[in-house]
Amino acid sequence: MLATIIRRLLQTVVVMVVMSALVFAGIYLVGDPISMLASPEATEAQREAIRQSLGLDLPLWQQYLIFMGQAVQGDFGNSFLTGEPAMRLILQRMPATLELASVAMLLSVLVGVPLGILAGLKPKAPRSRAIMTGSVLGFSLPNFWVGMMLIMVFAVMLGWLPASGRGDTVQLGPIGLSVLTLDGWASLLLPALTIALAKCSLIIRVTRAATRESLPMDYIKFARAKGLSEKRVLGVHLLKNILIPVVTVAGLEYGQVIAFAVVTETVFSWPGMGKLLIDSIINLDRPVVVAYLMLVVFLLVMLNLVVDILYTVLDPRVRLEARQ
Amino acid sequence: MAFQFTRALACGAAAVALAFGAAGAAQARDLIVGLKTEPSSMDPQYHALTPNIQISNTMFDGLVNTDAKLNPQPALAESWTVDGNVWTFKLRPGVKFSDGSPVTAEDIVFTYARAPKVPNSPSPFTLYLSAVEKTEAVDPQTVRITTKGPAPLLLVNLAQMPIMSKKAASGAAPEGKTTTELNSGDGLVGTGPYKFVSWKRGAELVLARNDHYWGKKPAWDRIVYRPMTNAASRVAALLAGDVDMIEDPPTDDLARLKQNKKLFVEETPSARVVYIGLDQYADKSPGIPGLDKNPLKDKRVREALSLAIDREAIVQRVMGGAAQAAANLLPYPMFGTSKERTAIPKANVEKAKALLKEAGYPDGFAITLGSPSGRYINDAKVAQAIASMWTRIGVKTSVDALAPPVFFKGRDSYQFSAYLAGWAASTGEMSNPLNSLVVTPDPKRGVGTTNRGRYSNPEMDKLVAQAGTTMDDKARSELLQKASGLVIDDYGILPVHFELSVWAMKSDLRYEGRADQTTQAQNAVPAP
Repeated sequence: MLATIIRRLLQTVVVMVVMSALVFAGIYLVGDPISMLASPEATEAQREAIRQSLGLDLPLWQQYLIFMGQAVQGDFGNSFLTGEPAMRLILQRMPATLELASVAMLLSVLVGVPLGILAGLKPKAPRSRAIMTGSVLGFSLPNFWVGMMLIMVFAVMLGWLPASGRGDTVQLGPIGLSVLTLDGWASLLLPALTIALAKCSLIIRVTRAATRESLPMDYIKFARAKGLSEKRVLGVHLLKNILIPVVTVAGLEYGQVIAFAVVTETVFSWPGMGKLLIDSIINLDRPVVVAYLMLVVFLLVMLNLVVDILYTVLDPRVRLEARQ
Repeated sequence: MAFQFTRALACGAAAVALAFGAAGAAQARDLIVGLKTEPSSMDPQYHALTPNIQISNTMFDGLVNTDAKLNPQPALAESWTVDGNVWTFKLRPGVKFSDGSPVTAEDIVFTYARAPKVPNSPSPFTLYLSAVEKTEAVDPQTVRITTKGPAPLLLVNLAQMPIMSKKAASGAAPEGKTTTELNSGDGLVGTGPYKFVSWKRGAELVLARNDHYWGKKPAWDRIVYRPMTNAASRVAALLAGDVDMIEDPPTDDLARLKQNKKLFVEETPSARVVYIGLDQYADKSPGIPGLDKNPLKDKRVREALSLAIDREAIVQRVMGGAAQAAANLLPYPMFGTSKERTAIPKANVEKAKALLKEAGYPDGFAITLGSPSGRYINDAKVAQAIASMWTRIGVKTSVDALAPPVFFKGRDSYQFSAYLAGWAASTGEMSNPLNSLVVTPDPKRGVGTTNRGRYSNPEMDKLVAQAGTTMDDKARSELLQKASGLVIDDYGILPVHFELSVWAMKSDLRYEGRADQTTQAQNAVPAP
């Protein structure tokens, strides 16, 4: 197990180095950050001075080596735009995104798994057909459209919920959380629903497929033959076995939502880190873009690792294989 | 790409939202503003760009401030006298900073000395002090500024320099309080109508009324700014009543917003001209394939291209009315414009074709028109419209619409034979666009920095340089009128339109729009 984890971490380092080099070169090819940052009235001499102060006058490979040298020590450089440490800017925004992603995923799993089982048990029942049709809608409707429609109905027409922002937050150390206030929940609900709709549909479909696969299995038949209650058959024997695909999908989707909730965050002016990425790309704020992507790669790899570890917890067969 | 697509569709959704009308119009004592772009810092000397300047103008004053038409008005300085290169400013008596300490000449000296010391500034404020040789405190109420030469633009430039408190902003670093400290509000003390309360980057910036303010008591207890980069989201937030006022609603929605009785829309002509730059330097221009010489060097060709553009049609159909057709680089009656040059040239396809024929291009030629996509209002759409108008006279035009950083890189390395861009005259007078856009580039003098068509007219250069040292307003205005007339008659640059700055707000609010397109929330007032 430990060997697996160490191997994974080493792979992550390689991926991060390659990725940072690509982003460095990519942004260099796109354009000159000075043209986006400096006042258009600045003279050539003033532009040159800015270029030097940001270290952009050096050859690209040298800039990259300097960056890597500092990154190894945990310093990802200062944002060109704000002058603040890039990683700090990202970490300041991260709680908002984590909160949104977690609530959205929790909603999707809590709603998606029961509905999926329901649809899997009696696939021909009208109720099941309705669930499946709904799920098709769920992931085929574009995210921003759903967001805009929710805003239109619940914020503009009914006036029940705010259209934007994060509402009141409660400060827990350096982290502000919306989930602890009523006003925060009001702001969180619409963006979380927007994300949850698509993710929930996916989980419904995965759960349904797994349920249908497991139902004809011997252990289910045996459990029923033993005279166990339907509740126990479904809640223990079935659920345990369908959890593996559900955990895989939910884990990977969770990573996706954290890293790229850009559209939802933009539509709801949610102050998360996805919006920071887009703004930084537009401004060619390279330190922030590189630091962000490195962090995201790290997060995604870690999530994968957690999913793998969960496998061994959930499935005795994986544990046995590992031992052999 | 995906993001743009998203925006386009989201705009459509907002349009549907508009049809249902706004709900709720709470009369709050706080003003909540939806900003298009968040400031990059609270340090008033960190980044000389509109999103930052508009916020610092609410917390700080300069020696002088500019009014909505960009004319300098007394602020911390009550009066001033000029004697050659020596300017003497008398400070307004009894003015206090928001922490209660008095304003003295030392604060002004401190502020001007700090600007060059701010490290890593992406756009330093030294830009506005380039004419200043030295600043001295004669006595607590008198500041003496010596300029390097005659400086007719000193006042407009000083209006961009917010005065900080020496007492509050002094610190261990060479620049005193660092940008990071100021971002947290430490040392952020000014004389403006509002003072800093808190800033959560990306979420909200809160200011509260400064009870020590020297001017008229402002209307709001607090001002809350929320950054909302997506235009459709700003409109939705306004309709939902989350915010009281927004910047730049999408032009497609303007007509509907104006019909909505719960809203009020303010439109103001700005000092930002959208223009076409034409390569008049290269012998063989990169964007004109198949020709051995550069047709744009021929004035008749340039005139034909200008005549082909139907400016009124662009304003009405592409800009949704949120623009003013342009015949000059600044709208009349700003300083250095003349009334004679306000008539918009009528589109004339026949005459344009005749001119092309006369110049030796009866079948026209092919050209690429470069344009940024997303930097100016509807920029790529305007470029498309102009391309089809040029094609109508036989100049087969293809548009190369690029993300702003890519566009600027191409433009600054002279890859476009023709390009669309915009210029905002921060000083609100003619020497600014002339010096930047059409004067022959000279890095030593720092002029012609954005003259990427490399138009060159020695006679005009001389007039503009002369205006730069002429202190008499009337004489200077005449020089600038003459200089701009020369460029326009030469078709050295083709002005297309002036953007209108647009604000939408709840119907019980009013805001006097400013020519520099800034949102200065202290000037928003309850409707009479």
